[in-house]
Amino acid sequence: MAALRCFLRSGKGAVSVLLRRELHATAPASAQVMVRDALNQAMDEELERDERVFLLGEEVAQYDGAYKVSRGLWKKYGDKRIIDTPITEVMCDSVLAPPPQAGLRPICEFMTFNFSMQAIDQVINSAAKTYYMSAGLQPVPIVFRGPNGASAGVAAQHSQCFAAWYGHCPGLKVISPWSAEDCKGLLKSAIRDDNPVVFLENELMYGVPFEMSEEAQSKDFTIPIGKAKIERPGSHITLVSHSRFVGHCLDAAAVLAKEGIECEVINLRTIRPLDVECIEGSVMKTNHLVTVEGGWPQFGVGAEICARIMEGPAFNYLDAPAVRVTGVDIPMPYAKILEDNSIPQIKDIIFSVKKTLNV
Amino acid sequence: MKNMLTIISNALCRITGKNVAAQTVSEGARVVVSRSYADFTPQATFDIKKCEVHRLEEGPAGKAELTREQGLQYYRTMQTIRRMELRADQLYKQKIIRGFCHLYDGQEACAVGIESAINPSDHLITAYRSHGYTYTRGVSVKEILAELTGRKGGVAKGKGGSMHMYAPHFYGGNGIVGAQIPLGAGIALACQYQGNNQVCVTLYGDGAANQGQLFESFNMAALWKLPCIFICENNRYGMGTSVERASASTDYYMRGDFIPGIRVDGMDVLCVREATKFAADHCRAGKGPIVMELQTYRYHGHSMSDPGVSYRTREEIQEVRSKSDPISLLKERMLSSNMASAEEFKVIDVEIRKEVEEAAQFATSDPEPPLEELCNHIFYNEAPIEVRGTNPWSKLKSVS
Repeated sequence: MAALRCFLRSGKGAVSVLLRRELHATAPASAQVMVRDALNQAMDEELERDERVFLLGEEVAQYDGAYKVSRGLWKKYGDKRIIDTPITEVMCDSVLAPPPQAGLRPICEFMTFNFSMQAIDQVINSAAKTYYMSAGLQPVPIVFRGPNGASAGVAAQHSQCFAAWYGHCPGLKVISPWSAEDCKGLLKSAIRDDNPVVFLENELMYGVPFEMSEEAQSKDFTIPIGKAKIERPGSHITLVSHSRFVGHCLDAAAVLAKEGIECEVINLRTIRPLDVECIEGSVMKTNHLVTVEGGWPQFGVGAEICARIMEGPAFNYLDAPAVRVTGVDIPMPYAKILEDNSIPQIKDIIFSVKKTLNV
Repeated sequence: MKNMLTIISNALCRITGKNVAAQTVSEGARVVVSRSYADFTPQATFDIKKCEVHRLEEGPAGKAELTREQGLQYYRTMQTIRRMELRADQLYKQKIIRGFCHLYDGQEACAVGIESAINPSDHLITAYRSHGYTYTRGVSVKEILAELTGRKGGVAKGKGGSMHMYAPHFYGGNGIVGAQIPLGAGIALACQYQGNNQVCVTLYGDGAANQGQLFESFNMAALWKLPCIFICENNRYGMGTSVERASASTDYYMRGDFIPGIRVDGMDVLCVREATKFAADHCRAGKGPIVMELQTYRYHGHSMSDPGVSYRTREEIQEVRSKSDPISLLKERMLSSNMASAEEFKVIDVEIRKEVEEAAQFATSDPEPPLEELCNHIFYNEAPIEVRGTNPWSKLKSVS
């Protein structure tokens, strides 16, 4: 049911779901831009702006990127700036840890973040911790990017969400964008940032078009890291999510609106540092909180949000316990029916909202 | 008068690097020293052990030239490292240094030989047995010892400790075995990208030589012809495991397979220097990476918690000390060629002892870093942020 719906939004970010698309009438000169192209634009603009920026990863150059995110960049910038690597995540990633110390600003693409586990020692021990261990002598301006989380039918080893793993570590910034505008603005900020940034994209979002304002299309459009966005204001309950599930929350909110329940949907945009103030402000208004994520429940992003709300001023405003909607606590199965039931569906969000509101 | 001028010259050499000696002589090779002490030989040529080579037509020459100034400088640097490490040993036993402490005594010829063959603008990265390199790359004994004792006067303000000391063009000090190798290849990539004719010396031990990431690095360095000198400091033991028990092949200079390699006597500072020069020339000529194996030895155990005698005999350690000690080797060479006097060496020793003692004094008396700085240096170039303390009411501040 939800799959057939199409939603109009006021403000930025029209989402088209699967089969039907509608152009949203916003300011003139806005355009429909796919997430993939927004990422491509971000990298293109930053490569042009700064000679020290370069992209390195498996199949990023001559293949145009495993998911075509870097399409056209090798043709434009050549071998020196867009580098194909052999299948060596460790090398791939750590080759990029010291060039920052030696003056360069690498973008390291992991074909998926599942493969980053091969190199996670370098991300944490060589990138995240170095500025601190050196007491400020060695900054590490590097971006690690690639698709994160579940895809479709790729089974257990290729479907893990790493937001909680990377979000755990001081010294890293962790971004999990949703819309095309998020992707463009945040990737540009990440590349310009002088610190190690983990940029968690989503494969299923690459082909999704979003409305992008003229301002968002400009070469200097950036979004600050660490600030969440309220995608849909509401008064009855706060839904907090990141990446693809922001869309699910908006879909659920549209359904619930018909029943008179107004959800406030927050798009985290950044996992670390978490914009707790935004969430607290919302909870203090709505008195109810449901977090939604694709990752596993234990020690996840939702768990962290609940803990922070408990410890902060918003706790006293809760009229019901905060709950989490998460992926099922199992390795991802392959069969479609099993996979579909392993990640939050819109009906799960609606169910959890109604339980929390006791309706 | 003679001694005084020697001291000044050595100080200059230590501060500004090896080339000062050459410059005070001339820009070339064999020229009579203008400041000549009639008693001493200004320059001599020594036979050095011929290096075994892998995939190379020829290796470094079997002879090395040494000027008096260079010799005294190498001696001073090696002796400083030796005394610094021994002082660290004492401080550790007094529990003033805590945690990890991996000492370098016995291996001084490696650090000094390498540094004498590269430029300060070249790059170097090593693993956790790093105090010697931290010194040769320009950090003072005072800042090294104060870092070991965890004081604010330490090179990393007390936040890094033994394994995490840094300097311009020196990337530590790395705690994860083998992780520094891909980092080194990455630095070499940066050198190539920037076209600055610099090389990166990437050090690892016989233990790390079996790490997968070494071979990933070999592949990419060779594929892209990166100016990377991979140097295996083979001190025969990876912690408590001898090379025979750890490696299917102990020919570490050949483990790069398609990458040329040289096996070097790591106890002879001149041999190390000549081999490193050869390797650096190879890289700068655009021929790609090269592997060097330095056959060396550590007198201490793996770390201060390892007495170092459960997996090797005291006789073995004693034999190396008496027959192959790098500092003694150099000293004897210079004495027997009449390049310096025993008194000069004594004077240098006394100065070094004083320097190290003052550094130890500082390292013991300097205050620990203030608690206000606990959370600093999380991010670079950033507005101050709030960091959660141990409990929700503890909100700490972090500045860049």
